[in-house]
Amino acid sequence: MTVKDIVNKYKNKRENLLLILHEIQNCHPQNYLSKEDIELLSKEIKIPVSDIVGTASFYSMFSFTPRGKYIIRVCESLPCHLLGAQTIFKAIETKLGIKEGETTKDGLFTLEGTSCLGICSVAPAIMINDEAYGNLDEEKIGKILDQIREKESKNND
Amino acid sequence: MTKKDIAQILVGIDGNTVLSGARKIKTKLITEINKQGLLDQVSVIETGSIGPVNKGVVIGIYPTREIYGNVTENDISEFIQERFIKGRPYKKLLLPEKLPIEIDLTAYDPRKTQYFGRIVLDNCGKINPEDIKEYIGVGGYEALGIALKEKTPEEIIEIVKNSGLRGRGGAGFPTGLKWSFAAKAKRIPKYVICNADEGEPGTFKDRLIMEGDPHKILEGMAICGYAIGANTGYIYIRGEYQLSIQRLKKAIKDAEKLGLLGKNILGTDFDFEVKIKIGAGSYVCGEETTLLNSMEGFRGEPRLKPPFPAESGFLSHPTNVNNVETFANIAPIVLNGAEWFKKFGTKDSPGTKVYTILGHINRPGLIEVSMGITLREIIYDYAGGISSGSFKMAQIGGTAGNILSSEFLDVPLDFESLRKLGYSLGSGAILIMNETVSVVDFMKCCIKFFVHESCGKCTPCREGTKYIYEILDKISSGKGKTGDLETLKLLGKSMKDTSFCPLGQSAPNSLLDTLKLFPEEYNQILRK
Repeated sequence: MTVKDIVNKYKNKRENLLLILHEIQNCHPQNYLSKEDIELLSKEIKIPVSDIVGTASFYSMFSFTPRGKYIIRVCESLPCHLLGAQTIFKAIETKLGIKEGETTKDGLFTLEGTSCLGICSVAPAIMINDEAYGNLDEEKIGKILDQIREKESKNND
Repeated sequence: MTKKDIAQILVGIDGNTVLSGARKIKTKLITEINKQGLLDQVSVIETGSIGPVNKGVVIGIYPTREIYGNVTENDISEFIQERFIKGRPYKKLLLPEKLPIEIDLTAYDPRKTQYFGRIVLDNCGKINPEDIKEYIGVGGYEALGIALKEKTPEEIIEIVKNSGLRGRGGAGFPTGLKWSFAAKAKRIPKYVICNADEGEPGTFKDRLIMEGDPHKILEGMAICGYAIGANTGYIYIRGEYQLSIQRLKKAIKDAEKLGLLGKNILGTDFDFEVKIKIGAGSYVCGEETTLLNSMEGFRGEPRLKPPFPAESGFLSHPTNVNNVETFANIAPIVLNGAEWFKKFGTKDSPGTKVYTILGHINRPGLIEVSMGITLREIIYDYAGGISSGSFKMAQIGGTAGNILSSEFLDVPLDFESLRKLGYSLGSGAILIMNETVSVVDFMKCCIKFFVHESCGKCTPCREGTKYIYEILDKISSGKGKTGDLETLKLLGKSMKDTSFCPLGQSAPNSLLDTLKLFPEEYNQILRK
């Protein structure tokens, strides 16, 4: 869908701005709000670019830099912290060779920290795109990342 | 459920169990039952959370009320054999918990809901949340029918007022009174908003209510709409809660098909539609005026009160905002009456409270207990005791909540008893910690959360959270100096007194509590 289609779908209303931004971001192959898209949106919905960016930058689910195909969000809130979220964070950093906020060179993974995901009962927990993973340790997270890599390399063959 | 069934197997499908393969287990159960020729005697029902968490795939059995955990595909053949052919419990996976029984007030003990069932979670784990007929089958939408056909809006508000129900989002404002403000407002259209932006760390009760019994929330909202004169409802829900969004969307569609939402509900002239708004990752949007800004497509910053939302809320129209759990209480109250509701809980805080219990305990999970139950009862009767070491402290109400040490184990957990101590009940998260937890490290993690989530509108919260974090960081890395604790106290107190919204006012709660309860621990690190 183009930016115009999305704006039309939500009837060009300010109150639907977050829903519109979600959808524009999801439609972008690099999972972010590009400058071009924001400028297009500004023209369609008639809200200044500064206002759109000011609003979008408030919310942690929107990004202004290109991101990987898989966004790994590690929960940093207390229940996960108590049960070893830091170890998970470090394990992912070492395994992928990236730090928080960075994307792997192959464009596959982006690593982000996040506030409570509401799946504390399986702490420490992470989300990779819309999938949640819980009860993690270094070994398990390694396997999960390997599986995604494997799946992707098969798709490319 | 059909009459000829001898037994029903409930498979708990929620965010946690899906990860462990609950859907596959359900398919395998049906295959195996078919293989054993039991299809006409045993039915398999998909449902929401059954209760125990951290136990893999959890299934329950009616009428025997057994609960099994950590069920894997390999167990199923043997399980069906043992349980239904040989007719004995499958001990290998049996959990100590039992499924709830129907509410039976003759066996009623006001302090222990486990003996008489539940109000909010009554259907969770019993019915298929994706099948509206099952909800109707257990008396669903009956309260809406009674409200529309037998009661006036004023009478409904009177019932809710008399029940003494107080908002379950944390602040505990009387729900009936809130409704009466919106009902009195003249401007139309009016709006009903369900606050499902559950972001308080450690809290996931609303998610499990939405996943387990979505229609109960819709019914509560529709009754509210009728009472205050609104024809549109919104559910503002976290973007991360995919399964909740999916189930609510389906529930809305199904209810519309049966004429329980939409135009001329149940043949009356009352119209009510429900729409879903999805958040984008912001804790502060759980505050009601912030939520309104976010719903209108702006930054999530709080508004000045007054005017209160009841007067000028969504798009400057009269709006009533309630929490998910509050709405889930409405249909049972209308159906059974205010007097019935007041039999639960305490005089000042009637009803039950849903908690998520987590941390160093044997049985973490979701519980619904009577208001006024003590922390000791929660830890030892429901959570199965401390998992290792001894009890040090508990944080009630999430990261913005208060800290209770061992001397508070017997304080009744209800709005009034806690208010007398200067505490609040908060969101319903209870995080229990043993002596291995360092208070300074714990506080660093708490405050780091607020540094990230502060919206930046007012100075005390924006700057205060940052300074507090810097000082705690210095103390923990051995660079603290004398006077730091006084500065922390001063900062915390100033934030509490001068922040713009409840988020900034409650952010330093745990800090101030730990400084009071565990000064020795801070001093010890300072002296090093």
